[in-house]
Amino acid sequence: MTESTAARKPRRSAGSKATGTTGTKAGTTGAKAGTTGAKRTTRTAAAKKGSETELVQLLTPEGERVEPARNSAYAEYAAFVADISPDELRGLYRDMVLTRRFDAEATALQRQGELGLWASLLGQEAAQIGSGRATREDDYVFPTYREHGVAWCRGVDPTNLLGMFRGVNNGGWDPNSNNFHLYTIVIGSQALHATGYAMGITKDGADSAVIAYFGDGASSQGDVSEAFNFAAVYNAPVVFFCQNNQWAISESNEKQTRVPLYQRAQGFGFPGVRVDGNDALACLAVTRWALERARRGEGPALIEAYTYRMGAHTTSDDPSRYRHDDERAAWEAKDPILRLRRFLESANHADEGFFAELEAESETLGKRVREVVRAMPDPDRFAIFENVYADGHALVDEERAQFAAYQASFAEAEGV
Amino acid sequence: MATEKMALAKAINESLRRALDSDPKVLIMGEDVGKLGGVFRVTDGLQKDFGEDRVIDTPLAESGIVGTAIGLALRGYRPVVEIQFDGFVFPAYDQIVTQLAKMHARSLGKVKMPVVIRIPYGGGIGAVEHHSESPEALFAHVAGLKVVSPSNSADAYWMMQQAIQSDDPVIYFEPKRRYWDKGEVDSEAIPGPLHIARVVREGSDLTLAAYGPMVKLCQEVADAAAEEGRSLEVVDLRSISPVDFDTIQASVEKTRRLVVVHEAPVFLGSGAEIAARITERCFYHLEAPVLRVGGYHAPYPPARLEEEYLPDLDRVLDAVDRSLAY
Repeated sequence: MTESTAARKPRRSAGSKATGTTGTKAGTTGAKAGTTGAKRTTRTAAAKKGSETELVQLLTPEGERVEPARNSAYAEYAAFVADISPDELRGLYRDMVLTRRFDAEATALQRQGELGLWASLLGQEAAQIGSGRATREDDYVFPTYREHGVAWCRGVDPTNLLGMFRGVNNGGWDPNSNNFHLYTIVIGSQALHATGYAMGITKDGADSAVIAYFGDGASSQGDVSEAFNFAAVYNAPVVFFCQNNQWAISESNEKQTRVPLYQRAQGFGFPGVRVDGNDALACLAVTRWALERARRGEGPALIEAYTYRMGAHTTSDDPSRYRHDDERAAWEAKDPILRLRRFLESANHADEGFFAELEAESETLGKRVREVVRAMPDPDRFAIFENVYADGHALVDEERAQFAAYQASFAEAEGV
Repeated sequence: MATEKMALAKAINESLRRALDSDPKVLIMGEDVGKLGGVFRVTDGLQKDFGEDRVIDTPLAESGIVGTAIGLALRGYRPVVEIQFDGFVFPAYDQIVTQLAKMHARSLGKVKMPVVIRIPYGGGIGAVEHHSESPEALFAHVAGLKVVSPSNSADAYWMMQQAIQSDDPVIYFEPKRRYWDKGEVDSEAIPGPLHIARVVREGSDLTLAAYGPMVKLCQEVADAAAEEGRSLEVVDLRSISPVDFDTIQASVEKTRRLVVVHEAPVFLGSGAEIAARITERCFYHLEAPVLRVGGYHAPYPPARLEEEYLPDLDRVLDAVDRSLAY
């Protein structure tokens, strides 16, 4: 606890030690060690300005490309999107717009009573689309319950995500059809599943990677720390992607951590980096970097995507009880979709036709989501007893039979 | 190997060896299971023969062990996890209850969880706190888990084979005080189903139902009762979830009396469930209420007191007397 004051300001006096620890595989990733060193030199000057200066950012809120100098801290990350085409950029924009549209539709459906609950990703589109688009088909994703944008990138039909929020199932999709695991509600549990899965990849001799999503609240869970440690000990190809959206329901970052979250990685022996979570390009670049090094056998990495939950925790939450509107307004100015649009426009990468077409596509998606949800039938009552076990269980069979007899007694009483 | 006499711990060891040998997807994970061969030597020699990739010494973090085992199962592996002692399972309880037990249902049957969790359990070895508990009811209460406990070497061998082959998660409780008891194991036998109870001693006056470490005690009780002219039947439940109620029912319809014995606390223990269900099934056959003998509603006591806490010959005979007095 003696070093706890370090938490208040992201000052890093550790000097060369920090470089050594972060660059655990200095031999194979010389550039990274250099990166860390370079970052360090900027920190002293940046310390007073707070943590924002440490963000990896490739697109400013005003929509301007940040071109890191060749020897700067972030050149290594930027290299991963150096040759990104206008088509890919439009693709990222399209993904974010459609994800936001889907999310808004789901919120509306909750208000209409069609869903029991919805956990909105509003504001986190860049973090999810940027990282999601960095994954390869054979990679595996372990989401929380808010990764609607990542699901979109994986090709999961968005309406599949709504069953559990409507209350007709607890997930139900086949994780292996898109390598997108089931939503996990218990905070942080999936970080260990991701690590175990990654250990399996290594055993199989494959070169896939795993990405585990979690939030700033989950960073407090023991399972997340255990996952960091197992991943480090077994050098597992897993990327820990923390969306720090500033709020764990009503609890701010100050209630979760005394150090910037990405710095936790250092103590476990792998690199951690904080990226502008509202910058799809930077999220794409940094996640590609992390996944690539995992595939090369260089082990785990932690990415802290610094972002903001613009909406409530879920539709049951009332943020006005714990945070001010001006905070949201400040983050709105950094909106992930707006900044990419500004860039596309200024670079002449997209014309009015593109935006109009996308608007129409959004409306079509919203309509389809509405129709599918409203048509979603309630499950058969005997579904209670289905899939409790893979190989069956005598007690479940007995209780199903009793339940059936009980139900049948009404039919008999009614003379049916 | 065919038929060989071996200690219960050795039987589990041989069974694990066979599983590792026959299925490359089987893994052993746990604290000290590799070089040391486990604190009870149940995994002795396995890492040497199958390597560190198959027999994995893990960090000391039970939730991490079970959580990563779940991930490995999702990747197609069949992990056999060791929890070093009964009282150490609780950091993993969340992963076991909220994830392992529910994954199959959550996925509507698309995901299987072939994970075995081995837990040496029970008292009688003079250990310190957290090393002598019997938490099986806490797992049997959870849908999605299967819970078994062998009482002898042959069952230890075959039930482990079947637990590993199961596509459901199985909590495999090992009666640690019987680890050194020897019995015949026929590695070419054709085992019966995993979740079936077995009548290990026929009798006509009263049924004793037990599992794991208490089966041997109940056989001793039956011997002592026989000297007093009483004929006790002993049922080895073997499986605690599901319980084979049919076998108990058949026995009780014959003897008309039932005493359930376990080391776990009596209150809301597996004996409570058996008493309730057998009362329901055999109401008109029973001559006496179903009685239970087990631990008290108190923390497992320090070793010098455990003989007072654990069911022993006299306490079970006392229950037998009370039942027969009706």
